[in-house]
Amino acid sequence: MDFIQYLFSGLTVGAIYALVALGYNIIYNVTEIINFAQGEFVMLGGLLAVFYREVLHFPLAFAFLASVVTVGFVGYFFERFVIRYAREQAVLSLIIITIAFSIVLKGSAMLFWGKDPYTLEPFTQGEPWIIFGAALQRQSLWVFLTGTAIVVGLSLFFSRSYYGKAMCACADNPVAARMVGIPVRKMIMLSFVLSAAIGAAGGVAITPLSLMEYDRGALLGLKGFGAAVLGGLGHFWGALVAGLFLGIAESMCAGYLSSGYKDAVALVALLLVLFVRPQGFFGNAEVGSIKRF
Amino acid sequence: MLTVRSIHTYYDSIHALKGVSIHVAEGEIVTLIGANGAGKTTLVHTICGLLKPSRGSIHFYDRPIHVLPPEKIVSLGIALVPEGRQIFSTLSVEVNLEMGAFLYRNENDYAKEMKERMFQRFPVLRKRRHQLAGTLSGGEQQMLAIARALMSKPRLLILDEPSMGLAPLIVAEIFKIIQELREQGTTVLLIEQNARSALAIADRGYVLETGKVVLEGTGEALLEHSEVQRAYLGRETSRNWEV
Repeated sequence: MDFIQYLFSGLTVGAIYALVALGYNIIYNVTEIINFAQGEFVMLGGLLAVFYREVLHFPLAFAFLASVVTVGFVGYFFERFVIRYAREQAVLSLIIITIAFSIVLKGSAMLFWGKDPYTLEPFTQGEPWIIFGAALQRQSLWVFLTGTAIVVGLSLFFSRSYYGKAMCACADNPVAARMVGIPVRKMIMLSFVLSAAIGAAGGVAITPLSLMEYDRGALLGLKGFGAAVLGGLGHFWGALVAGLFLGIAESMCAGYLSSGYKDAVALVALLLVLFVRPQGFFGNAEVGSIKRF
Repeated sequence: MLTVRSIHTYYDSIHALKGVSIHVAEGEIVTLIGANGAGKTTLVHTICGLLKPSRGSIHFYDRPIHVLPPEKIVSLGIALVPEGRQIFSTLSVEVNLEMGAFLYRNENDYAKEMKERMFQRFPVLRKRRHQLAGTLSGGEQQMLAIARALMSKPRLLILDEPSMGLAPLIVAEIFKIIQELREQGTTVLLIEQNARSALAIADRGYVLETGKVVLEGTGEALLEHSEVQRAYLGRETSRNWEV
């Protein structure tokens, strides 16, 4: 059954797009910045996990954790020492700075790891399951579980915890947030750490399936951005649905049309959305018209 | 308790405050009136730390606060009900209140207790607790903004144009609440364009014009002052019409 097979691979890659889109959304929600280094966090997550596992011989779970923490720290560094000291604090300049930072990350990764792709062992060993005649890799399930766990965790964080709610408040009205004593700066920092860590988790999860190399970040970032816009910038569930949708559309395109065109799917979808429904599937046109970007 | 000494503040490149001095004593209602663009809101934002004065000083209980960030100033006991309410409109009423107690987030039942108190004082908020704040009526939003500010148990409550855009009946209610707050021991700095109502409940008042204090006195004295009547109470105009 080709269709089921395409569906499986689409859902797997879609979960990664969703994670990248979530990363965009968190930072956008708190700062209105589109962080174009988001894709590089994914790349860095994958390669660092390989480093911790293969070079330092950490147990796999530990390598996963270490990679997420390290990339979270990169996010911290990025906000604390780059974004915060930007002389021009306009959102557009900050977005351009994120592009510069993504180039720095990519370049550093190339110097450190070279241009070869790396692989990581799957989280659990074993034959793929056969479902309706289609093979489902065990790792695909892990990718999917990681994605779901993060979406659920984030939703809980933002709806239940005091810090999560305060982050929403910063996004809603940063000036009022400062007036009630919420340290907006700290919340911004937290949003960068969180986005970086989430990107890294996605990167580690997908490396066993599709390998990882220094220049994977840009395309992942672009497609994740497509998913974020498609779902409505700032909407977590929108990002999840749109990410999975893009993944499936891409995989169907590769299967039934030509795999050469698959990378264009996300971009065409992005264009269509921008023409037809700029606020995305779940976005609110009214809110969108108030926001600057 | 609050002493503002000849502060100068620039808003963008506009010299918005040109040596303003005011003081507020414990237990007072002090009002600040003036036309649009006189610098009222700039003064409030400077007190709250959102803007930094280029010269002058602000002391709260003898402690210089003009050098502190806003979150620090809130923790010292100054809370602001901002102009235009500035509630978190995409969050629920309940979460709005919780955010007012952000500084006490580590004290277990603090937010819960204060929320209960606010619900008692403003029963309409209890009814709407799960609604998004943006869906409330103007008067309800204003009450929410006041309640949110009270969540941090401020010693000085600053209200910036609380009557703006509200129906007269609601305005009367808001002013009643302000008087009650004072009776319960909160000091109030009230910024208003609605000079008549503000002066009627104020112990003292200041008149701000193009970044300077041009008049000060007790509420009654200012109400009777011919210049105030002409410029802010429209007495002259109505007399002209009557003739």
